[in-house]
Amino acid sequence: MAAASYHTPRLLPALAVLSLGALLAVALSVSTGSVAISTAELWAVLQGEGEPLHRTLIFDLRLPRSLAAFATGGLLAVAGALMQVLLRNPLADPYVLGLSGGAAVGALSAMLLGLGSAAVSGSAFIGAIVSAITVFGLAHGTGSWTPTRLLLTGVVIAAGWGAVVTFMLAIAPTESLPGMLFWLMGDLAYARSPWPALTTLLALSLLLLPLGRSLNAMARGPLQAAALGVAVKPMEWSIYIAASLLTALAVTTAGSIGFVGLVVPHMLRLILGNDQRLILPACALAGGALLTLADTLARTIIAPEQLPVGVITALLGVPTFLLLLYRSR
Amino acid sequence: MSEVLLQAAQLCIDVPGRSDGSELNFAIQRGEVWGVLGPNGAGKTTLLHTLAGLRKPRKGTVYLAGSAIQRLRRRQIAQQMAVVFQERSDSFPATVMESVMIGRHPFLSAWDMESAEDLEIARAALARMELSGMEQRLVSSLSGGEKQRLAIATAMTQQANIWLADEPGNHLDLHHQVAVMSMMREQAAQGNAVLLCLHDINLAARYCDQLLLLYPDGNACWGDASIMLQAPALEKLYRQPLTVLEDQGQRVFIPRTQRHTGNEN
Repeated sequence: MAAASYHTPRLLPALAVLSLGALLAVALSVSTGSVAISTAELWAVLQGEGEPLHRTLIFDLRLPRSLAAFATGGLLAVAGALMQVLLRNPLADPYVLGLSGGAAVGALSAMLLGLGSAAVSGSAFIGAIVSAITVFGLAHGTGSWTPTRLLLTGVVIAAGWGAVVTFMLAIAPTESLPGMLFWLMGDLAYARSPWPALTTLLALSLLLLPLGRSLNAMARGPLQAAALGVAVKPMEWSIYIAASLLTALAVTTAGSIGFVGLVVPHMLRLILGNDQRLILPACALAGGALLTLADTLARTIIAPEQLPVGVITALLGVPTFLLLLYRSR
Repeated sequence: MSEVLLQAAQLCIDVPGRSDGSELNFAIQRGEVWGVLGPNGAGKTTLLHTLAGLRKPRKGTVYLAGSAIQRLRRRQIAQQMAVVFQERSDSFPATVMESVMIGRHPFLSAWDMESAEDLEIARAALARMELSGMEQRLVSSLSGGEKQRLAIATAMTQQANIWLADEPGNHLDLHHQVAVMSMMREQAAQGNAVLLCLHDINLAARYCDQLLLLYPDGNACWGDASIMLQAPALEKLYRQPLTVLEDQGQRVFIPRTQRHTGNEN
């Protein structure tokens, strides 16, 4: 693949193509299921006509789930891109600082106590935020933190959460195990209203847009960024808080779905170059589209049984990513 | 038009595990090229970072065109000062053009995209560093010398009136060393101030007006290049005997070594 060309002229076309792709992914997702809905029928429903059954299927069941999948995928991809810039480490993903572990401990505790899905979501969110604050506080220590220190603290805390999760799985009654395992692999069946995740995704994407060029400078390291006029510390704090919030909302919506946050930013960088002004909105769109498609497959491949969506994201993502990487040499 | 652009007042740089050494009190005027010489670990890079406001001094103040640097915002500093670092991290892929354009960052507001004028400035800088035609190459595919010239081109796009460059001749072949040093002289001729950390005494002798010698114990002396360039002082600085040659009125310093007389083969 040719090296990415100078970006400014390709910003709008790239985002237009991705938006169209995202729209198609959602349309495909709401038309697919136990009752197939044709394009004509979908159009009729969107016009406010069509059969009542179709209307119920689309607006009450499929669309909320599709939008939740879209929002979750977008949140994870943007959070991943931010973490990679913050830590200047291409291996960073949204969970690298232990957020998914904290959320998992929160969610599984609620499940063990037999609480409802609202409580599961709520305690997952609290767990994620507790983890973010713990890692940042510990990494800060007495001096200032460095990416390596933050990363190591995150990895160790994640390992700690992992042990707690394994312990909970070991003592959990057999009947609650499938639910817990599905949550751990990521499952949109838990998704409630898609709106908190969707509005946060939109709001934060808009807020991050003007920071794009500063993030480009940050990707060159803190000294270089400071010499180019970036206020590095406030910037690092903003990235950390934004990424934590995005990830916490994503795990709250759909459990810890792997792979999207790590690989979508890299795929887009391989195709579009590494201008954050393009990469961040592109991540929101492409991450959303990927997870929407993955969720559609997850609930249709062996219907009426459902697969955890994390399985599909990995099955789709691994070959795509390897192909892009292979061709980029 | 002597006007001080960068000034160090009672400045002690913070090198861990070292006593304060001598206080630095110097002022770099418009049109001057300063060279900092010293052995490895003497604190040349620390001094440069301190002058750039990127590192707190142990005591004293750096003044940028009359303002204490710690009172200025990073963006205000970046609009006046360009820094070429010795080390660069490129964890993420970027093209040469994307890379050089980042030098316009201090002048663009959050919502601005780079204009045609910015693109022109970037192209001119690339041309000056003989990197034209490489705009779409990935930085990771460049040679060490090309990366060094790219870093200098990026600093050129900042159109700064103060230049701080840490070993700008690193990785460069002789032709490009001369090209970069001549460019620095041009910057000074346009009324800018330039400070370079150098390890090559002869580049310093040829291109610098003022020299600052930095000793490993924290002591320092500075002054006119013609006065500072004395073999005994430089021999003490580098703990290395030197031979001085004269070429077209220019002193050339080369290290004197024991002649190898043994059977080397």
